[in-house]
Amino acid sequence: MKKKLKINNISLLIAIVLLVIMYVAGANMYDRFGSISTILNLFNDNAYLIVVAVGMTFVLLTGGIDISVASTLAFTGVFSAFLLEKGWSAAVVIPLVLLVGTLVGCIQGYAIHEFNIAPFLVTLVGQFFMRGMCAVISTVSIPINNEFFKNAALKKISFVLQSGGRPKLYYYVFVALFAVLFAWYVLKFTRFGRAVYAVGSNEQSAQYMGLNVRAVKIGVYGISGFCAALGGVLFSFYTLAGYSLQNMGLELDAISSAVIGGTLLTGGVGTVIGSLVGVLIQGIIQTIVTYQNLNTWWTKVTFAGILCFFILIQRFAAVRAEKKKNS
Amino acid sequence: MDQNNLLVMEHINKRFPGVVALKDVHFSLKAGEIHALLGENGAGKSTLIKVLTGVEHMDEGTVAMNGSHISIKSPLEAQKHGISTVYQEVNLCPHLTVAENIYVGREPLKFGRIDWKEINRRSRELLKGFDLDIDVTKQLDNYSVAIQQMIAIARAVDVKAKILILDEPTSSLSNTEVSKLFDIMNMLKKQGLGIVFVTHFLDQVYEVTDRITVLRNGEYVGTYHTAKLPKVELIGKMIGKEYEALANDSRSAVESNAGEEYLRLEEAGTDNISGVSFCLRRGQVSGFSGLLGSGRSEIAKLIFGADKMNSGKLFVENKEVHIKDPLDAIRSDIAFCSENRKKEGIIGELTIRENIIIALQAKRGLRKAIRYSEAQKLADHFIKELGIKTPSADQKIKNLSGGNQQKVLLARWLATDPKLLILDEPTRGIDIGAKAEIQKIVMKLAKDGMSCVFISSEMEEMLRCCSRMFVLRDKEIVAELTGDKINEAYIMNCIAGEGESKS
Repeated sequence: MKKKLKINNISLLIAIVLLVIMYVAGANMYDRFGSISTILNLFNDNAYLIVVAVGMTFVLLTGGIDISVASTLAFTGVFSAFLLEKGWSAAVVIPLVLLVGTLVGCIQGYAIHEFNIAPFLVTLVGQFFMRGMCAVISTVSIPINNEFFKNAALKKISFVLQSGGRPKLYYYVFVALFAVLFAWYVLKFTRFGRAVYAVGSNEQSAQYMGLNVRAVKIGVYGISGFCAALGGVLFSFYTLAGYSLQNMGLELDAISSAVIGGTLLTGGVGTVIGSLVGVLIQGIIQTIVTYQNLNTWWTKVTFAGILCFFILIQRFAAVRAEKKKNS
Repeated sequence: MDQNNLLVMEHINKRFPGVVALKDVHFSLKAGEIHALLGENGAGKSTLIKVLTGVEHMDEGTVAMNGSHISIKSPLEAQKHGISTVYQEVNLCPHLTVAENIYVGREPLKFGRIDWKEINRRSRELLKGFDLDIDVTKQLDNYSVAIQQMIAIARAVDVKAKILILDEPTSSLSNTEVSKLFDIMNMLKKQGLGIVFVTHFLDQVYEVTDRITVLRNGEYVGTYHTAKLPKVELIGKMIGKEYEALANDSRSAVESNAGEEYLRLEEAGTDNISGVSFCLRRGQVSGFSGLLGSGRSEIAKLIFGADKMNSGKLFVENKEVHIKDPLDAIRSDIAFCSENRKKEGIIGELTIRENIIIALQAKRGLRKAIRYSEAQKLADHFIKELGIKTPSADQKIKNLSGGNQQKVLLARWLATDPKLLILDEPTRGIDIGAKAEIQKIVMKLAKDGMSCVFISSEMEEMLRCCSRMFVLRDKEIVAELTGDKINEAYIMNCIAGEGESKS
């Protein structure tokens, strides 16, 4: 285990330490903050973001970017709500929306690779398109009354503690945790996963070494699209409604989480575990802000500071590595 | 054709927009031979290799392996055919571990998952064969370029290749590493591999290769047995003159009317070259000749401050000066027309007029803007003076032919009214007419008192233009020639290391 922590990723280590410090500090400052509840709620409230960040990590690892995920997530919510309202079964709707998300991602990946267009532009088109399609289906919020969705939204594991607290963990959190573990496995133990790192590290080299760069690129955007759609499904469990203006700017939350977790936007470096930690840091800031009774925008301000801090750390580490190499 | 040819490439043609990169080129490789592919810059070596490895696609021609035709559309396909390549710039992934760089894309699996232990074990074993005892679980970018290059070679060898292409693999290796590499090459040769070896170090060619194929300007010159081709003849073939013809060729260079000393370097050095001493005179064209990589361009960059001088002294008109960047050089009346016209020269989207005034504007400083009328006057003057063929100075430079672009660049530097003009390969890739015109301009400038430095791979034009010649070999000035000594045979002897030393 010691070796795995040594992944020359100072940023991730600092992120983990910071997460712990913030939790301990919060526990000392506020009553009830130090409970298991707080931790479990971090997962309950951010499950969808975790999933989106996992998908985003794949894209960032190749040196790309996907800013369409928030729109895909919103579209998934609206589209599922719309179909469920029409009386479709959840067993059809969920696979269908996941497929749509994956396809949208794959099409974007195809355009990025085949026509050599900047990922930012392609996924910006995707963002506008998907957000627009939400409004085409419905401009007002559609409530979800489907039994399966309601069950998924409410089924949870409750613990009864002697200290009197009653922490709970919703079932859908396991979907997010499974996504993290699965992605971790794929990135670490499959040829596709390693090819993702190779492409991000040096695309030309990867091509010269005979890797299928095209499949990797289409693949990661497909995965990102799938994760966005899955995040959308989890979010509809969370809110039991689909609304076209939901989660504006979520793509940036996902990207910043990954960055805090040690993923380099230039590609080749990063882990999904790091992205998970990044999401949790964002969550814990939000919790502290709530406890402090501040305006929720303080979350953003604090987070901006932390993001800035991490970017500096990464830059510093890169400069030091460069110096070490040259000496 | 020989039955035991492993690879036969015939009638290979490849055009890029505006350039013919390969014209009816032939190449054949036997199993168990090391075959050098030689030629000066722009001869087409790299293009031929890219065609063979599927990075570029040929327009016409056939490729056959073991007698049957194959078509190679991607590096992946090339690998499947057993063609494995090590490129000049290390083509590995800096963020992956050493072991992974060797096995990525073909990782050993166990129960469907990557077997990391096996990868590390096999890599360690493989690298041991190369006398490399390093931590294979460390990230690649922890290691020097030389080690990375060895790792790249290890990977290329390990993919069970039939053909191994080494494209300038030794440029970053030390002597001991080179001899280690040669041992490995000889070992692989015994195992029956065909090895294509591209290099510009001729000593290495004679040390390790069996046959040589020479390309020049994208054309096939010939294939020779290394043992039967003297080095001087080889150089003749590379730069385009037969040795016999040379000996009798009399030089038509300008008479030397050298004035007093203008610039002097004493034991100067940068990161790329060291211990350079020479002086340049007014009213004279001084040439730097030598093969590619011999240090020609490095010297130009040193004078111009493009590479930082970190040892030695630089005197201009007998006063020591410190040039820390190109702007300093421009302000000291030094001009440098760089080798790579497209990348380091023209700004394609700007007009001829704008391209011309850039260096002058830099010299004057950004606050003193050059007025339109002055710029127009300058542009018109040079268009007429240098014979730039264009409807007007408002034409975008990217629309001009190579020769006219080069003249605009020349105008850019002449506009700064330099006392020293350095020209690095000013005639590469332009047609013969324009070449002659540019040579004439340079000689006239020198006659009018300017100190000029001329660098070119083409011996003929060097002979025509230069009245003083510095010969470089392995980043060292090995001879300084004037007068009658500037003849091709003599220079080639110097380049080959068979002539006298400094005279």
